[in-house]
Amino acid sequence: MAVLPAMSAAPGSAGPAVLAATSTSAGETAAFWVLGSVAVLGALGTVLLRRAVHSALCLAGTMVILALFYLANGAYFLGIVQIVVYTGAVMMLFLFVLMLVGVSTADSLKETLKGQRWLAAACGLGLGILLVAGLGQVSVRSFEGLGQANAGGNVPALASLLFTKYVVAFEVVGALLTVAAVGATLLTHRERIEKTKSQREQAEERVRAGKHLPPLPAPGVYARHNAVDRPGLLPDGTPSDLTVSATLRNRGQVREVGPEALHRVAALEQRTADSHGQTEHTGRMYGEPHDPERDVDDADDEGQGGREARKARGDAREEEAAK
Amino acid sequence: MESLIGLLVGFPLLGAAVLLCGGAKLDRSGHWLGVLFSGASFVTGVVLFAGMLGRPTDERALHQHLFSWVPVESFQADVAFQLDQLAMTFVLLITGVGTLIHIYSVGYMEHDVGRRRFFGYLNLFLAAMLLLVLADNYLLLYVGWEGVGLASYLLIGFWQFKPSAAVAAKKAFLVNRVGDAGLAIAIFLMFTTFGTFTFAPVLENATDAGEGMLTAIGLMLLLAACGKSAQVPLQSWLGDAMEGPTPVSALIHAATMVTAGVYLITRSGAIFNGAPDAQTAVVVVGAVTLIFGAIVGCAKDDIKKALAGSTMSQIGYMVLAAGLGPIGYAFAIMHLVTHGFFKAGLFLGAGSVMHGMNDEVDMRKYGGLRKYMPVTFVTFGLGYLAIIGFPGLSGFFSKDQIIEAAFAKGGTQGLILGAVTLIGAAITAYYMTRVMLMTFFGEERWRGQENEPHPHESPKVMTVPMIVLAFGSVFAGGLFKAGESFVHWLEPVTQFEHGHSPFSAAVVTGMTVVALLIGVAGAWLQYGRRPVPSVAPRGSLLTRAARRDLLQDDFNHVALVKPGEYLTRGLVYADNKVVDGAVNGTAAAFGGLSGRTRRVQNGFVRSYAVSMFGGAAVLVAATLLMRAV
Amino acid sequence: MSPVNYVYLAAVLFTIGAAGVLIRRNAIVVFMCVELMLNAANLTLVAFSRIHGNLDGQIMAFFVMVVAAAEVVVGLAIIVMMYRSRHSASVDDASLMKL
Repeated sequence: MAVLPAMSAAPGSAGPAVLAATSTSAGETAAFWVLGSVAVLGALGTVLLRRAVHSALCLAGTMVILALFYLANGAYFLGIVQIVVYTGAVMMLFLFVLMLVGVSTADSLKETLKGQRWLAAACGLGLGILLVAGLGQVSVRSFEGLGQANAGGNVPALASLLFTKYVVAFEVVGALLTVAAVGATLLTHRERIEKTKSQREQAEERVRAGKHLPPLPAPGVYARHNAVDRPGLLPDGTPSDLTVSATLRNRGQVREVGPEALHRVAALEQRTADSHGQTEHTGRMYGEPHDPERDVDDADDEGQGGREARKARGDAREEEAAK
Repeated sequence: MESLIGLLVGFPLLGAAVLLCGGAKLDRSGHWLGVLFSGASFVTGVVLFAGMLGRPTDERALHQHLFSWVPVESFQADVAFQLDQLAMTFVLLITGVGTLIHIYSVGYMEHDVGRRRFFGYLNLFLAAMLLLVLADNYLLLYVGWEGVGLASYLLIGFWQFKPSAAVAAKKAFLVNRVGDAGLAIAIFLMFTTFGTFTFAPVLENATDAGEGMLTAIGLMLLLAACGKSAQVPLQSWLGDAMEGPTPVSALIHAATMVTAGVYLITRSGAIFNGAPDAQTAVVVVGAVTLIFGAIVGCAKDDIKKALAGSTMSQIGYMVLAAGLGPIGYAFAIMHLVTHGFFKAGLFLGAGSVMHGMNDEVDMRKYGGLRKYMPVTFVTFGLGYLAIIGFPGLSGFFSKDQIIEAAFAKGGTQGLILGAVTLIGAAITAYYMTRVMLMTFFGEERWRGQENEPHPHESPKVMTVPMIVLAFGSVFAGGLFKAGESFVHWLEPVTQFEHGHSPFSAAVVTGMTVVALLIGVAGAWLQYGRRPVPSVAPRGSLLTRAARRDLLQDDFNHVALVKPGEYLTRGLVYADNKVVDGAVNGTAAAFGGLSGRTRRVQNGFVRSYAVSMFGGAAVLVAATLLMRAV
Repeated sequence: MSPVNYVYLAAVLFTIGAAGVLIRRNAIVVFMCVELMLNAANLTLVAFSRIHGNLDGQIMAFFVMVVAAAEVVVGLAIIVMMYRSRHSASVDDASLMKL
């Protein structure tokens, strides 16, 4: 980062006297190759990583590097706007929507459309080669540099252009933004077509349905992670999905409570019972057998697999109780 | 005087309209109305005839222009009548015999439910036939020609509830179409050659056209004549046409309509005179039909079919005579008129016999009827003597003239034709004697059958016309022959040349009489001396063939119907497989192609994106290429 | 080094982004790839601005950014809608336009 001021200064320092340069400074060259590689890696990561969040992070990195390149190319205003608007606002919007939609759903990269990947590769390679070849045909021996254009400062220069030559486009784009904002609001807005139910009505409905009369249990109780996606345990030690938010349940993002946690709970209960002289009761209840095959790290458990494991374990427990 | 000509056609046409459109109210009296209109036409004809006789020879022809039918620049079709001596002859024959047969039909059709319709059709026929002979141009003649074809069809199929009648009507109609096509082509050729189809200019300028064209027109006219007059090879319909009521057979299929071919050839004489090849064809057709019809007539046991064979044969005589050119035209028409009398008389006699015999037509179930039907016997007998050419009667004079003219053709051709006509005369005598003997003489073979008939004489309304026709059969020939009056009468229209026969008239007459005697003797030996078996014996090969109309239907079936069927089947197959196949195949090909192409639209947005991306790549490549070039 | 190298880099990034649009099924990731392509285009504009020595390229890049922001707003709203109704953010699931 320290190189940047020097780099950006390079074209400027040439002064208005030098109208055309033939090459950039060595520092910029070095920065280009290093940061350019990183940008390409970030782009590849955006495309190839399975989790959308990782893609978003890679893209944010690439965008920051592009912002640096803007600065290096004398587009100071755009560089800052790139960081503030793109990396800051737009990428956050992406992450926000990702959270809404489900942050941990990882895409399968297995291709379902026949021949899609080959076609995509062929088209991508073809276009890349064509573009590069096309660029190779143009020989740019020298370049103007922005020394003269940026003489009075980049931002005033841009502003004077924007509000004179491009003022109509500017106004139109402003209108476009307004329309987009209104449109997005309209799209995501759901019209309420019936009266909101009061708390009393909801309670009466529950009584009428005849289940879950008390409030639902809280999540994370006695789990190792005291988090919303960990189910709480019932008195007999089985995890209850009811304790987890319905949204997470629907997404299959409920995490497994590891056997370690069950043991700890059992031990805790044991100690409590010892101190109160009620050993036989709880000892039987929390006598959870340790299953080494099922002993997976709960941090890596995914919703679906975790639930299956839990079910298998619940079955085993029932069998033992029957004995 | 001219204005009366239209009435000749108008009366029966009005009658047909009144009778056919009049409805059931006319069921009781309609037949007399038909007779009235027919008789009115005859009276008009007689008045015109009297007027014609009163004028000098070169002013006799009358002309009446009714209206312009199709006035289109160079195509002028007029409805105009031309009443010359030839047309006058026909008018008198048609209206006279027609009226007699109308009267006869009053008795014959007395108990038929469709009587009014029958008389309507008869009047329609008269109108069409008169239009045919009165037309002053070929196009109007064609209208009449088709009109009589229609009337013939309607009357043959009058008892359409009989499948045989319906089929016979259809057959007559179809066979006639072939001939009609010939007439139509002849008219086309005339129009392209002469620019008109009115008789006068066409016939006066006939020699201007090349012989080839005249031959073509002549052959087409001959084809038309063959169809209408039942000449070989279009003769097959006449025998079946006997399915119609007997008065129809008498009027249409003996006396008048079937002679239209002879009229056509005679009327177009100028064309045939300029085309010797066509004339030869006419003579050959006539000669072949003459013998053909006679042989068929010998084998038939159905009295009407035997008479039909005889009709064919007699028209063969006329056609042969017409083919001889100016030496024969007058004799052809003369034989036509006398034949009209005696053949109509014979048919009416046959009808009378059937009337008394429960509509039995098989002569083998007749026999000895002379006692029960004396009037019919006498009139039929006179007709018989006339047709075989008994000296002094009509047929003798007219046939003798034709035989003489045939010899007068000259050379080998003349000898052959003369021999053919003589043989024909002998066979005519044979088969007519056979009919006579089987019907009126011999044992009463009808006795002892189930439904034994009670032969009785027909009512006066039927016998009177027969008697009148018998008078005609006896005296018409002599009247015409006396002082060559008929020939002189027709000469202005048909021209006349005296043929120079290698034999004198007396020798020819002698030969004719000898031929006649041989024929009669042969028939008497076979049918008079020995009893006639009431079930037909198997007979010789020729007899069996003749019973089947000398295999003409079989020939038509094999030569025309079958190939036609195969052609139709082939065309249908080709239409189904090739044409439809091509059309459906194209459709299927495009359908299949669309089905395949449709798969491209798989609904996956990423596939569409690939297309867009590929398109972008192609655009970039194109841009670069354009730059490079 | 010539500033044209920035354009080369932009071409590479653009191609990678385009391939991502074609390969990925998650609508949000597809969107991110579109953003990557837009950013690559911006980089060329900025680089050309420098090469030609005027600021029009930067103005264009500025407009592209604004329009991209508008597009992201609407696009993400559509994705949210889609997720609400289909409980899926996969672009392959929205394939009802086929025959």
